[in-house]
Amino acid sequence: MIINVTSIFVDDQKKALEFYTEKLGFIKKNDMPAGEYRWLTVVSPEQPDGVELLLEPDEHPAAKAFKKAIAADGIPVTSFAVEDAQAEYEKLKAKGVVFTQEPVQMGPVLVATLEDTCGNLIQIASMDKDASNA
Amino acid sequence: MVAYNGRMDLVFKALADPVRRKLLDELADTDGQTLFGLCSRMIMRHQLAISRQAVTKHLLMLERAGLIRTEKQGRYKLHYLQTAPIADIYDRWIAKHRNERN
Repeated sequence: MIINVTSIFVDDQKKALEFYTEKLGFIKKNDMPAGEYRWLTVVSPEQPDGVELLLEPDEHPAAKAFKKAIAADGIPVTSFAVEDAQAEYEKLKAKGVVFTQEPVQMGPVLVATLEDTCGNLIQIASMDKDASNA
Repeated sequence: MVAYNGRMDLVFKALADPVRRKLLDELADTDGQTLFGLCSRMIMRHQLAISRQAVTKHLLMLERAGLIRTEKQGRYKLHYLQTAPIADIYDRWIAKHRNERN
């Protein structure tokens, strides 16, 4: 058994695809009609055969309530690995991405939290080079 | 004066707890943080095994004492350091004493 897809609840699939590809730099992997929505996934260009991120509609009222409550407390729904969170933060900020948490050192990890414009917070994290070599 | 002393009691009670002082330290480092931001700093930077509920309670005590304020910005609730009660402590004892020495 392998994990091949993980999902994120988005308020608008078209807007989500734009953000996740144009801002975060992922590439579209699957796009198939599914009822009134789409089976829409993106992957990292660094790992095109890796885990797919499903941009899943948040049309269920519970999904909306869940997103609202955890965003209010600043809790990210997931975390993406980057080479250097500081450099990524600066690159994304220059592209207009909004951060709720600027890069902060948390033990061996540098983390920052950004808004995905679709109602979610995403954490980016880089492991210190010294720590990963240890 | 009674109300002032009542608030001062809350300030000293709030400052008497090491976790609450660490929360103020973290807001002094970076102001305007979410509950998540503060919780993760307590756990990762101070190695505290503390629940989100416990941090929420500490923040409530700090807010009642006037040491922090919260503000809803868009969909997020942010916490800001308020130093006025600490300035009051300075004014009450230290400022006067310094003038006498000068």
